[in-house]
This record gives sequence, structure tokens and C-alpha cells, in this order.
Amino acid sequence: MSCAVNSGMYDVIVIGGGPAGLAAALAAREAGAQRVLILERDGELGGILNQCIHNGFGLHYFKEELTGPEYAGRFIARLAGTGIEVRLNTMVLDITRDRQVCAVSRQYGCQMLQSRAIVLAMGCRERTRGAIGIPGTRPAGIFTAGTAQRYVNMEGYMVGRRVLILGSGDIGLIMARRMTLEGAKVLACIEVMPYSGGLNRNIVQCLQDFDIPLYLSHTIVDIRGERRVEKAVVARVDEHRRPIPGTEIGFDCDTILLSVGLIPENELTRTAGIPLDGRTKGAYVYENMETRAPGIFACGNVVHVHDLVDYVTAESQRAGAAAARFAAGARAEGPALTVENGAGVSYTVPQAIRPAAAGKGVDIFFRVRAVYSGDLRIVAESGGAPLAAFRREHLAPGEMEHITLPKALLDKAAGSITMRIEEVHS
Amino acid sequence: MKELICIVCPKGCRLQVDEENGYAVTGNGCARGAAYGKAELTNPTRVVTSTVAVAGGVHPRCPVKTDRAIPKALMARAVACLDGLKLQAPVALGQVVVEDVCGTGARFVATRNLPRG
Amino acid sequence: MYDVAIIGCGVVGAAAAQYLARRRLRLCVLEAENDVADGTTKANSAILHAGYDPAPGTLMARLNVRGAALARELCAVLDVPRKETGSLVLAFAPEEVPHVEELYRRGLANGVEGLRILSGEEVAALEPNLAPVQAALLAPSAAIVNPWEYALALAENAVENGAELQLNCPVTGAQPLDGGGWRLHTARGEVDARFVVNAAGVAAQRVHEMAAPANFRTVPCRGEYYLLDKSAGGTVQHVIFQCPSKEGKGVLVAPTVHGNLIVGPNAEDADSTANTAQGLAQVAEKARRSVPGLDLSASIRNFAGVRANTDRGDFVIQWAAPGFLDLAGMQSPGLTAAPAVAEYAAGLLEEAGLVLAEKPAETLAVPRKKIRFRELSRSEQAALIARQPAYGRVICRCETITEGEILAACREPIPPCSIDGVKRRAGAGMGRCQGGFCSPRVLEILSRELGRSPLDIPQDKAGSFILTGRTKQAPAKGGEAQ
Repeated sequence: MSCAVNSGMYDVIVIGGGPAGLAAALAAREAGAQRVLILERDGELGGILNQCIHNGFGLHYFKEELTGPEYAGRFIARLAGTGIEVRLNTMVLDITRDRQVCAVSRQYGCQMLQSRAIVLAMGCRERTRGAIGIPGTRPAGIFTAGTAQRYVNMEGYMVGRRVLILGSGDIGLIMARRMTLEGAKVLACIEVMPYSGGLNRNIVQCLQDFDIPLYLSHTIVDIRGERRVEKAVVARVDEHRRPIPGTEIGFDCDTILLSVGLIPENELTRTAGIPLDGRTKGAYVYENMETRAPGIFACGNVVHVHDLVDYVTAESQRAGAAAARFAAGARAEGPALTVENGAGVSYTVPQAIRPAAAGKGVDIFFRVRAVYSGDLRIVAESGGAPLAAFRREHLAPGEMEHITLPKALLDKAAGSITMRIEEVHS
Repeated sequence: MKELICIVCPKGCRLQVDEENGYAVTGNGCARGAAYGKAELTNPTRVVTSTVAVAGGVHPRCPVKTDRAIPKALMARAVACLDGLKLQAPVALGQVVVEDVCGTGARFVATRNLPRG
Repeated sequence: MYDVAIIGCGVVGAAAAQYLARRRLRLCVLEAENDVADGTTKANSAILHAGYDPAPGTLMARLNVRGAALARELCAVLDVPRKETGSLVLAFAPEEVPHVEELYRRGLANGVEGLRILSGEEVAALEPNLAPVQAALLAPSAAIVNPWEYALALAENAVENGAELQLNCPVTGAQPLDGGGWRLHTARGEVDARFVVNAAGVAAQRVHEMAAPANFRTVPCRGEYYLLDKSAGGTVQHVIFQCPSKEGKGVLVAPTVHGNLIVGPNAEDADSTANTAQGLAQVAEKARRSVPGLDLSASIRNFAGVRANTDRGDFVIQWAAPGFLDLAGMQSPGLTAAPAVAEYAAGLLEEAGLVLAEKPAETLAVPRKKIRFRELSRSEQAALIARQPAYGRVICRCETITEGEILAACREPIPPCSIDGVKRRAGAGMGRCQGGFCSPRVLEILSRELGRSPLDIPQDKAGSFILTGRTKQAPAKGGEAQ
């Protein structure tokens, strides 16, 4: 027996059944793709939203506040009657640039699937202790916030009684409230940067509501305990994020939750030889979310880490519709403008725009390098001349920003577009 | 005078609310901020989310939320009234789990379909 | 009454058990922790040294070269991942060249085959990511190995051949018996044996002192490491050493059998496996001498191990008292030498009166063979899933480890009792997310297979509990529930 090509030719195969994959598959079907298949490694659709039981999702897209399972549930419900095929408990082992997908599952065995177009929607993973190198012992009781969230919300287990949270990313803040309401004592949230990485709303409703202190410009410098965490030592850091001797504070805790960043999950992308952008850690994409491998599209957190699922949905709908057009034989072509980082900008998505394929215009998503406030301009320029400027009063690295460049402006650009932040001094 | 961070939008205005002067708000960038500042001091409310145990489902816990915001001070008591409850799968999205949470009139409802496992 | 009781089941104890279990003996192995290979054996550089380093004439020199040869055979028979990458010792400055030449001479004296001194150009051609060097010693027989799987495979083979392994069984005292032999007091009762083999690693001096006053002193020496993601695994092809100094063999950079890159260790007198900011910074700085462009942002884990160094400068293989044999001071190259230490120890036991009659070959365990899903061809994978569908469920996404492999590990002669026990056997959780994704799933499988509550599954050693209770257990208050 071998892994023969089976199931015939698909129009669009979507890898991942979280919010990105669901939106992409539905959009592909609506845009005319006949055979659409979602491959999901878990036992159900919805991805990480299933464990995000808190509310705050959908304010942009549905104009109402939903919990994670409700947001996912609305898209899952839309699948009914569309004919979109779903294979659960199915892990994709590799993909090729000619759009062959090899996957395995208990139910279907080893599957070699062929598609006209592929949408990558694998999401992201959490940074771990090893990636940030916290000194100390290596006892049990150190969890990434998302792993703890799974244990608590999906499986009904508590992961600790006295908790310290490192990193003020949103999942860590959400878990501070969740653990508190389940009876744990959350001692503090420790953030190495001088500003929080999470949304203000979460600082207020997850920390301040429960009198949990937030230590900005601090980090954990030592973990103690041989078998289970017994203590963490926290110190203030200088402007180079180096601990300042003499500022140590000890916390007697049995648990440390890490909320120190997310990394797009691009192992399939990398092994397929699809170029990645070192800034986003995701694939380099064009205006229609097509990677540099024709017919392979990417969307959601596998491209760049979003803070609002609503934007994942919108981006994924564009990717799905574009994949359907590709499957039908349409090609996005024409010379491409690159989008470059200027002052204050840490990345942009897309990284390249083909004006001929851009329709009415292009949304450019980006993040900034520092917290800005005052009279601000987001400037898009080409060849040293400004194309457009957009006013803002507040910009922060924790909040993804976007601007829309209409087609008429794209046609004025040559070679590249540079995005930069300008502070207007009165 | 009480200081708050406004959460209406990402700007995060630092509000000062004067409890002695009719909860007058300063530091706000817009009218929504003023309304938030006043409500946060006079009657702060939150939607509460949690889980409840389920027998015979694909997961041992089902997520729930209050179907409207309840007074912030009641959050812990609201969550505690889920302790010891056990639903039987299947659970339907929107199914009422607890009526009249802590006398607020709000109900805990399931936030997903949970089929039999 | 056992013929032999071995104290400690790290690689040295396991090798001794594997050797002796093939003989007609009553044999037991007493391990203090809840799993084998859970001390220095799991936290070292994972190198099978060629043998040019120890001074000719020492036990280390003799047992290193013999051990490397035995390890080649054992790894093949026991299906232990081992790769003969060869090693390079770099001379950055002209004054280090004589050092490399000295190692070459020692290697020749020790009987190491294939040694060559390479020019700077030859080294650059072999390893383009290295800093410029004057010369380097190439030892083609140096190899990398999975050290804990090696020890585990040896211990499993011993158990299959009749050795009795007692886990969670620290030895607390020993007294000589009238008429020869020893009574060991353990956490799980008394054990009588004609001969005792002390393979207690860093604790070997303490065990020695149960039988006789100390005549060597243990100087535990911590070494700290970085383990880098597979994306950095191809940085070097050989094990890259620097010229040895008084701090040991120096910081190395090497591929691992799993495809990662290992960087370390420093050397500091400390009996602790905690990482320190200073230690890691030292490792980073020294490693960049060899590989200037080393990308430590690809780190997925830091760890530290403790070498069982002593004041002797050589392995301490001696009779602590009649019938009580020390296999102590197993600092580097202890991992490499382990099977030769076992062979040598068996010779000493035989001289002391232990009869080493071989068991009939047909009664011995068959060669070990592990299924590693990700190493199979697509058609082999398809056939395997068709036969056993559990191999179609991928549990560890980073390393592509299937439920089938985890179940197989649970049914081995020494089953795991912890999440890290599964990691050491099946590889789940070894990858870049460090178990973030798979550990809840591994916990569930382990709980089911062991028939124990998830609350009782530790991360690693006894007491390293993961979960502290269940949510929503307090009784409902009357009137509020529906």
C-alpha cells in the first residue's frame, strides 16, 4: 500500500480550521470554488477560539461582543449546506509548490491530495521559556498562557494556586482574571517593556478589576524549586532590558504563566521552500495574500500575529476569494511594488503590491516599534515623495494598525512604497 | 477625584472622574469616554464568562457567559454559583444554565454546542 | 540474596546491568528516581568521544577508546540513534597549534583511528560557518548519540534479560553481612547482595561512604547549555571543540541526533542543575569564538548538567570495601566509556569470585527495534497506519510523534510515568514548542495507559506535579442552580 493520489482534484485546500481557515474556505466557496477541503488537526473546528471563552470578539465584524466559541460557532454554522469538505484529526505532513498535500489521520490514513490552490491557515504558537532564556531551575509549574488556558477552560483542571504572570500579552492578562475567578491567587504580572503588550481593556478588566499589580520594565531573573516552582525572583530592567542589581523582589509562587509572544507556525511553508519574511516570521505575501509560490495563499496568524480576530476574518476572506479565482484560472499579474519599513514601522503586510491586481485599493497592515502619542502621521511615500498621510493620535506596538491606499495612489508609486511614522511638533 | 484608563478605544485616555461634582469627567478625548468614566464609578458592570462541568460530552467543560452585564462586585459570586453543577451532553448554544444569577436577572447561557462524546 | 545489586541507573549503571544480565546471575538495579537516565545521563553534550583527549595510560584513555567501539555495536543492536559526524578541535591562534598536535599524539597513543591535522583552508571548506582557524584536529570516529535513549535501551535490555529494576528506591545505608555480601537499606526495604556496584553518579561518594570512609572527593561541576531549533541544526556538520583548558574540554557546538544544535557547556563548581544568566552568557560568548554568526535567538531550551568530577582526575573504579565496587568519577568521557566500564567492572567482579557464565543465546532478548514514524517513507507510513491507526494521530506537531509511538513507549519493559518520561522515549515535546501543544494530550494518554488520575501524572521526577485540582468542584449553593 502506498500514499496514492486519491480523492481527485480539489479547487482549494485550506490547511487549518481555525478562524482564518474557516473564513478562507467560506469565501473560496462563495467566490465559486467547487471543491473546497478544510484539513484540521484537532477533533473539531474553531482552532484556538474554542479555548478563548472570554468575550470581546467580533466587535468589528459582527458589531457585537461575542465569546471565542460563539465567534467560531457562527462560521462553523455557515459551513452547513455549502458542500465544503472537512477532515478532522488530520495532520498535514508536507505540501509542495505544485500544490500537493500529504496528510495523515486515523480515519483516512495517509492521504496524498492534489489541489489547484492552497490556503495556509495554520495559525501561530507561543514563545516558550527556552526562547527567552529565563535563568533558574526547571521545575514543573511553568506553562505558556495558552497551554494553561487549555487545561483550565477545555479540560477543567487548575494549573496552580499562587501564580505569577510573565509578559502582558492578552492571553496572559485573560488568564490572570480566569485563574483568579477560579480561586487562584495571581500575585503580579511582569512586563519587561515600559508599556503593556496587551489591550487597555484587558489591563483594566483582567488586572485592575482584581487588584493584580502590573510591573512594567521588570523581568524574572531567577526561578527556584527543584520539582515544582517555589519562588520567582523579579528585578527591574534598564533601558537595554538588562536587570538592575539590587532591585530584586521575591514572589512565593507555585506557577509561572508565560505570555511572551506568538510566532507564526510556518514549518510547512518553510519546507515547501516558500520565502518567509524575517520581520513577520510569516510568508512574504502580495496584495491578495498570495505567497511567492503561485497558487499558495496564506492568511491569519500564520502570516503575522493579529490582536483582533475580526481582522483575521477579513484577511482570510480575501485569501480565500483569491484562491478561488486562481483555481478558476485567473492570475494576479503585473509588476510589483515592494512595501518597505520606514521610521517607526516594524513590518507591513502585504510586503508587495501588484497595482494591476489591486482592484479599488489595498489595505496595508503594520505595526510600530514604540508607543507614540500626540499629533501623528502615518506617511506612505514612494521615490521620496509622499503618496498619502493619515492622522493618528495614538500608536503602540501592541496594536496592529492599517491604512487603505486607493488604486489611484498605487498607480503613482514607482518601485517601492515606504511606510513611516511622523510626529508633528506644533 | 478618581483616575481611570478609558477602554472605549485603543487610545487609552487617562480619565479623571470627580465623584463630588456629578461624576464630571476630564481627560477624555470623546463623549463615549465621559459616559464610560461615569458608568465605571457609578455602576460598573461586566459580562462574566466561565465554564460548567458536563457529563458525556466531547469535552468535560462547557463555556458559559452571563447574557448581560452584571454588577462588577458580583463577579466572584456569580462564578461560584456554577460550582458543583453538572450538565448532561448534548448542550446547545444559548441553553440556559443558571437562571437569575445572584438576583440580577441575568442568566448564564452556554456559548457553544457541545455534542455527546 | 542477589548476586549483584547495582546502585544507580544512569548510563553507567545501565551498561553494567546490560552486561551482567546476559550472565547467569540474580541481578537488581536500584534507582533513586522514578525513571532511569534521569541525572547526568540526560544532561550532557551527547557526544561519543573519539578518545584523543585523555592522557595515555589512564583508565579514561583505555575505556574511552574501547567504549566508543562498544557503543557503535550496542547502538546498532539496540536501535539507538547515533551518527558518526566526526569532530574538530580548533586552533584559532598559532600558539594553540601545538595543543592540537599534542592531542593528535595522544590519540595515536590511545589507539584512535583516522586522526588528521587539517589546515585552516581545509577546515573552512568542511565547515564554512566557523571562524578562521590555523589548524584543527579531525577525529572521524567521534559520534553524536541520544544519551538517555542509549541508557534506556541498555536498561531495557537488562530488564528483558532478567534484571530486576526498582525505581523510586534510594539506598540509605549498607552493612556487610557475615559470610560476605552486603545488606542495603532502601526506601523500599532491605536488599541483600553478594556484590554491590556503586554507579550512583554525582552521589557515588555518598554511597561509597556507606561502605567505607571516603578516599576520593566529588567536586560536582555544572555545565550549562543552549539547545537550538532545527532551523539552526545545519550550522555545523561536525562536533566542534575548542582547545581544552583547565575548564575542561571547552564550549562545543554540535549537531544532535534529533537535528538540533547543542551549544555548551561552561564549567563551574556547583552541585545544581539550575541555569544562571552569567553561565549562559559565558557559553554564548565562547561559542561565538567558534561560530561567530551563531543565532542564539533560535534557542528552544536551556539546561544544565552536573559532571561527577572528583579530585582524582581519572575514573574512580575501585573496591570501596570487599564486595563493594565503585564506578565513580564518571566525568567526561563517561558516557562514551560506559560499556567499557561495565566490561572492566565485570572483570573485577569475576576476579573477586563472581561466576560469569553466559546465558544461552536463544534465551536472550531480541535486538530492540523502534518505530519512528517520521523516519519512514510515505508508503511505509501508509501501511503502518492501515495496520495500526494510532500511528495516524500526530500528537507532537513539532517532531511529528504519533499516538502509536507514545502507546508503544507505554508498553516497553520500562514504561514512562511522567510527561518527560514520554519525551525521553518517544520524543514528544522535544521540539520548538517544548510540549506547549502536546503535553495536555500526552498527559491524557499517559493517564489512560497508567490508569491514574491526570492529577497524579508528574512532569518529571516525583513531586513535579502539573495540575493542582479540578475547576468547579465546590458544591453548588442552594437556590441558584437550575
